[in-house]
Amino acid sequence: MKPEKIDELYFNDVNEPIQLDRRDFLKKLGGGIIVVFCIGKLSLLNGWGQNDKEDLSNFNAYLRVKEDGRVDCYTGKIEMGQGIITSLAQVLADELQVSIYAVDMVMGDTELCPYDAGTWGSLTTRFADPVIRAAAAEAREILLDLAAEKLQVTKTALTIEEGVIFVKNNPSKKITFAEITKGKKIVKSLSTKPEIKKSSDFKLIGQSIISTDALSKVTGKAQYSGDIKLPEMVYAKVVRPAVYGSKKIAVDASELTTFEGITLINEGDLVAVVHNNLEIANKAARKVKVTWNTPEPTTDTDTIFQHLEDQITDYNVFKDGGDLTIGRAISKTILKEKYHDGYKAHAPMETHSATCYFEGEKLIIWASTQTPFGLQKQLANALHIELEKVHVKQIFIGGGFGGKIYNKQAIEAALISKSCGKPVQLVWSRKEEFMYDRFRPAAVMNVTSGVNKEGKLTMWDFDIYCAGTRGTSLFYGIENHRTRMFNEKNVKGDSHTNKLKNQSVHPVGTGAWRAPGNNSTTFARESHIDSVAYKIGMDPLAFRLKNLDHLNMTATLQLAAETFDWNRKKKEGHGFGIALGEDAGTCVAIITEVFVDKNSGEVQPIKIVCAQDMGQVVNPHGATVQTEGGITMGLGYALFEEVEFSGGNVKTRNFKNYEINKFSKTPEITCVFRDKMDAKPQGGGEPAIICVGGAIANAVFDASGARVYRMPVTSKRILEALKKA
Amino acid sequence: MKQSISFTLNGKPVTVEVEGNESLLTVIREYLDKTGTKFGCGLGDCGACTVVINNEALRSCMLAVEDVVNKTILTIEGLEENGNLHPLQKAFVEKDALQCGFCTPGMIMNAYGLLLKNPTPTRNEVINGMEENLCRCGSYNRIVEAIQLAGIEMNKNF
Ligand code: FES
Ligand code: FES
Repeated sequence: MKPEKIDELYFNDVNEPIQLDRRDFLKKLGGGIIVVFCIGKLSLLNGWGQNDKEDLSNFNAYLRVKEDGRVDCYTGKIEMGQGIITSLAQVLADELQVSIYAVDMVMGDTELCPYDAGTWGSLTTRFADPVIRAAAAEAREILLDLAAEKLQVTKTALTIEEGVIFVKNNPSKKITFAEITKGKKIVKSLSTKPEIKKSSDFKLIGQSIISTDALSKVTGKAQYSGDIKLPEMVYAKVVRPAVYGSKKIAVDASELTTFEGITLINEGDLVAVVHNNLEIANKAARKVKVTWNTPEPTTDTDTIFQHLEDQITDYNVFKDGGDLTIGRAISKTILKEKYHDGYKAHAPMETHSATCYFEGEKLIIWASTQTPFGLQKQLANALHIELEKVHVKQIFIGGGFGGKIYNKQAIEAALISKSCGKPVQLVWSRKEEFMYDRFRPAAVMNVTSGVNKEGKLTMWDFDIYCAGTRGTSLFYGIENHRTRMFNEKNVKGDSHTNKLKNQSVHPVGTGAWRAPGNNSTTFARESHIDSVAYKIGMDPLAFRLKNLDHLNMTATLQLAAETFDWNRKKKEGHGFGIALGEDAGTCVAIITEVFVDKNSGEVQPIKIVCAQDMGQVVNPHGATVQTEGGITMGLGYALFEEVEFSGGNVKTRNFKNYEINKFSKTPEITCVFRDKMDAKPQGGGEPAIICVGGAIANAVFDASGARVYRMPVTSKRILEALKKA
Repeated sequence: MKQSISFTLNGKPVTVEVEGNESLLTVIREYLDKTGTKFGCGLGDCGACTVVINNEALRSCMLAVEDVVNKTILTIEGLEENGNLHPLQKAFVEKDALQCGFCTPGMIMNAYGLLLKNPTPTRNEVINGMEENLCRCGSYNRIVEAIQLAGIEMNKNF
């Protein structure tokens, strides 16, 4: 799948299986019991699957009970800190009745794992999970059949515990998974819908399990793409222009002669040097003089919002109902507001990295990527070789957040390796990471709403520029409403194109950022809801409860309000703020308490409560860690993060001027979940973050009277708002 | 200038041939293949590269290798003793004070330096001592808890 396609995420199309005869890979596996699965069979699982197409050549999920009794679980998903290395093993272990520590996760290896479109969109638990469960259930039945044969009893007389099969009323009669699988190679495809355990039978699901990869991470043994060292490997350094979008005109490498052993790569727009010493490569790259054709800046940090509104005049209606004119007529109070959100960087602690080498014609690569199969295809195209000639290997990823789906660094590394004929390592500098990030797009939200004398919302008119539709379906009951996306191209991701000039309206690269677009639209909606409540003199909690038309959301908000103790007394200078949002099937309610110093405008978060309805919670501990993580990261975009630029010249290129959240601004965070063990699991990696901006902005207003209409809510903006207030 | 430089790394004497002017981070990761110490920025801004030198937590990306001649350096790989995790490592696992794990070695080494100076830090003292170590995954609260827990454990052992 092309990165641009993934950007349509704003995620509609989440699966496009590649055609590849995968029977070959079966040869690569050793013995044991292997469960093969066609993606079409997913439709057996109550529509939990991502695809309904029957395609028998495309095996898509499987596991292997190995001859030593351990179990390999193969998934195309990757681990970047979201904890699925643990939660997927957990569902497998529960279904197959083995210890979670007997499960080996094989992730994101394009030769061993089933195709997967990519790890994003909080899809793993919703889609990979049921497949793995079904495969495990199938394996369990096969093991029981074989055990019944061996032990000469009927299958129903058997039970399994921790990888050992017993005769129920004669536990001394038993056989282990290892004994059953020894010397066998059984390949089975799922044929009928397997019996998946009911929640009442869960042993592990719903239990809090500490991350199984923590040990390797606290000892420094966990390997990331820049940690691979190969014989004869050289380090590559790419020569970059100062301005994004520049095109190469000429290269002067005459000064390179002073460096022994340096090689220049000059192909197309790629100019790089390689050397077997990292620091020499870095020094030499600075001596290469490239003349660039630099695009003229058309906009900057402050003019961007007007620029977007001027450039994008086309729209399509995402959702509407009732009649806005009637809505206006029956409203007692009408409020019109404009909200802005700037570009945000992903800024993972691991910069984009890749290490690769050629084995004959074949490329072997480790890369920090959220899309190993997408990368495989990109590399095959870039190198003009067949898909099978590219092997993307399993590796840990040091954070992604949507930024590592584009794979520019991996393509650069592969082209350089091909050109110089040596194994290559390419680790982007922090500056490159900022310049070539695909930022969360700047966005404008115009909102007008009306409310009647009883405090019921009667009209909602929402115009969104560049933030997509994700999470914008209304959960407030408003009869007359309209939500418009400016330029339908907007919702198609990166190509926020001005049709006339056929160029992006954004001066920098843009893409998916943890819960794409939803952070911006939720900030605008929830700030506005608060503004209206204030204007008509209603408590923001009561106003929301009165207007919600979504049972799960109402219950989630009530849970948050109880946990937070909304009616308690506030200390001087403190304020409370609520925001609600929906993402990846999960309902989120966040309530924050902040202190605002009115002299300096400084905000200190004091407490955050996050209630979520995410259906079945597979690993409550893991879900809590993810939620805390999302909120902690969210405090950064709410309070500090802002990409400064003039045209394609990104000025915030390090953590000194692109400030992310730190220890001291992270308050006590309490996460609560609605108890719904029998429901389908929903997304967990992204949802919580969407409410942080709105909840902070509302709490700041409550504490100080400063209404800030632009993210982040910086001290400067608070002081400006206070002057106006 | 090409030269050979000696120091103690994780309890063992090492001598490396250097070009001169390399950062300690480069020497540890690329010459000595100890890749547990991470590169996060190379500018002193993130703390991913933190190691302990003569009992002080420092950023290896900001030090020239010449500055550590004859010094004693401890990296994440040197924390385990006789195959046992250090209390900080144990506490990070127990509190699940990590997600992607990329900041973790730097966090643990910085905390190691902090606990040497202040064996029983308060929550605020931990926050002050750790403030300049960044974690994009947002594990801060758990890291604070882990460090306090490790402090308590370490004091018990004396
Ligand atoms: S890598 Fe040394 S402080 Fe960031
Ligand atoms: S755990 Fe990912 S940066 Fe800290």
